[in-house]
Amino acid sequence: MKKVEIFDPAMCCSTGVCGPSVDPDLTRVASAVYSLENKGFDIKRYQLTNDPDKFADNNKINRVLQEKGPDALPIVLVDGEIANVGGYPSNDELAEWFDTNPEELTEKPKVRLSINMNDLK
Amino acid sequence: MVKTMDAQFNPNDIKTKFLFLTGKGGVGKTSTACATAVALADQDEKVLLISTDPASNLQDVFHMDLSSTPTVIPDVENLFVSNIDPEASAKAYREKMVGPYRNKLPEAVVTTMEEQLSGACTVEIAAFDEFTSFLTKSEIVDQYDHIIFDTAPTGHTLRLLQLPTAWNGFLEESTHGASCLGPLSGLADKKDLYANAVSALSDGTRTTLVLVSRPDSSSLTEADRASRELKELDINNQILIVNGLLEDHNEKDEVASTFYARQREALEEMPENLNQMKVYSLPYVPYSLTGIDNLRHLFTSYKEKIMDATIERQEINLPGLKTVVDDFSMNGTKLIFTMGKGGVGKTTIASAIAVGLVEKGHRVHLTTTDPAAHLEYQFQSEQQNERLTISSIDPKHEVEKYKAKVLEESIKDLDEESLAYLKEDLESPCTEEIAIFQAFAEVVAKSENEVVVIDTAPTGHTLLLLDASEAYSKEIARSTGKVPESAKKLLPQIRNLKETAVVIVTLAEATPVLEASRLQDDLRRANIDPKWWVINQSLYATHTSDPILKGKALAEQEWIQKAHDTFGENTALIPWFSEEKIGYNKLKDFMVENK
Repeated sequence: MKKVEIFDPAMCCSTGVCGPSVDPDLTRVASAVYSLENKGFDIKRYQLTNDPDKFADNNKINRVLQEKGPDALPIVLVDGEIANVGGYPSNDELAEWFDTNPEELTEKPKVRLSINMNDLK
Repeated sequence: MVKTMDAQFNPNDIKTKFLFLTGKGGVGKTSTACATAVALADQDEKVLLISTDPASNLQDVFHMDLSSTPTVIPDVENLFVSNIDPEASAKAYREKMVGPYRNKLPEAVVTTMEEQLSGACTVEIAAFDEFTSFLTKSEIVDQYDHIIFDTAPTGHTLRLLQLPTAWNGFLEESTHGASCLGPLSGLADKKDLYANAVSALSDGTRTTLVLVSRPDSSSLTEADRASRELKELDINNQILIVNGLLEDHNEKDEVASTFYARQREALEEMPENLNQMKVYSLPYVPYSLTGIDNLRHLFTSYKEKIMDATIERQEINLPGLKTVVDDFSMNGTKLIFTMGKGGVGKTTIASAIAVGLVEKGHRVHLTTTDPAAHLEYQFQSEQQNERLTISSIDPKHEVEKYKAKVLEESIKDLDEESLAYLKEDLESPCTEEIAIFQAFAEVVAKSENEVVVIDTAPTGHTLLLLDASEAYSKEIARSTGKVPESAKKLLPQIRNLKETAVVIVTLAEATPVLEASRLQDDLRRANIDPKWWVINQSLYATHTSDPILKGKALAEQEWIQKAHDTFGENTALIPWFSEEKIGYNKLKDFMVENK
């Protein structure tokens, strides 16, 4: 199985609502990563301010940042190799990497019901 | 019937360890907190006094530099003072997070990290974090008999106090680990500390909430609102101190008689909720409550001080509000902000400027971002001039509107899981700043067609707003989301000196003047240069002969001079009026020149 790592720029929150406006792309990625994680795939997301070590200690990431500066973010690594610079992967790309169906990433999940067992007694 | 005061406030009545002061800005929270702290310390109680106000002025009161580390006050054994500066706390937090990476990551990358950690929420949280340790860490708490918090103006106080509850929920529900708390994830492990802070606040045996108010209707209304809101958070051990009550007056002096009568009227109409708690008073004193000696006089021989007045009346010639309005009218000013700490009469001055400009034939839109302002009260339902429109930006309402709009725009593109995700982020504290900013920008965009007068929020909040707008405009450059046109235009427009003017409103007293000068410094750092200083409610400008009020009037001179000579580019002086200027026609009375 492939390992995908997304290195985010410094931002307030992963959906962008705390920035000047909502960025639909951020929400899409957040949601796709979440679904993939739930399905047991090896996908990780690092945010510059939260996990600066991941950025500093990774030679490939650090080199791109030295050359291109912060605008190079987000950067995507697939199995440790640079796959995307300055943009997020599309759902098709994500699906291809993980050999799954892109629909699985956009499909609306079933409505969740929380059932309290105590209420059923 | 006039509410009978339970007693003059005596610091010995305080039985709890923690003491929180709250009230509209300018009601004398700092003075009351300082005088109480000094009085308790003089009785051999070990006292820690803490200011969490972003525009703190404890250093002015004690005439010394202070920091967040408790410092002993010379001449007052047992009194320690600590000043929590939210900006400094945020800076320290920022450095702790970013510092180790300065040599590991490129400078430009480190800068983006710093920028992100400069947001309003970082400031709030960093300050809150320092504040909780004074409530919960036994190695600090056990050292003192009393810990007195001279809190920030009401809106800020409430947010500060509401945070623990809101955050406990937030931290629990935040399962994805990706949210606005992200940058502050280092604080998540302090959940227990926050929970302890909440329980300390709502425990009546440990905490007394002191509502401080002036004997006037607007500050009593504000105290009532704060009281009820805090009761909802289970902070029930509340007392009210009516500060600045005129006890005797010269009945032949018109100013003194109306001054006295208006105070009594306001107390008569005191909201029922306040009437039900213990109500104390503190006397109106003609000297400023700075320096240890003056603070000690407040609870002991405050009247003797009046006789000491040896200051003579000097002639200070300053224009009135008419000159200010003429200046804006002639220069084609399009955007006018009134700024200053709450309680100095910003709403009234903004309203009077708006009315003055309408009378000169301009179309004017008047709006407020001050949560505590009462534009509606200012104008009542009186028939207005057709050239005047009025609106108000209510933070709570704007946040709801913003949330609804974001969800509505996103609902078609997102599945349920993502929506849940988005909703989670919308619960974060910075949503409010963004929401208010957008509402503010929409109003400012109207200045293309008419003059816009904005009665902005109190100092700390105002600065956060402008800081947010600066970070905001930088972020726009790299945002891929939709940004309203009005928001993009705002900051350059605020800085356009030709069309924009900032009016700093203050009172002729030590604290308001010094605070105003700090506000001006902060604005200048943001490249905004206030054009006018307006000294409001001046007793000096009334020529009163009442001994107490005259003492106060003479004491004002020093601060009027200082404002005029040292701080204000242009300075105007407005007398204390013997009637409240409510309604459009009465507001025209501001357009007279000083005698």
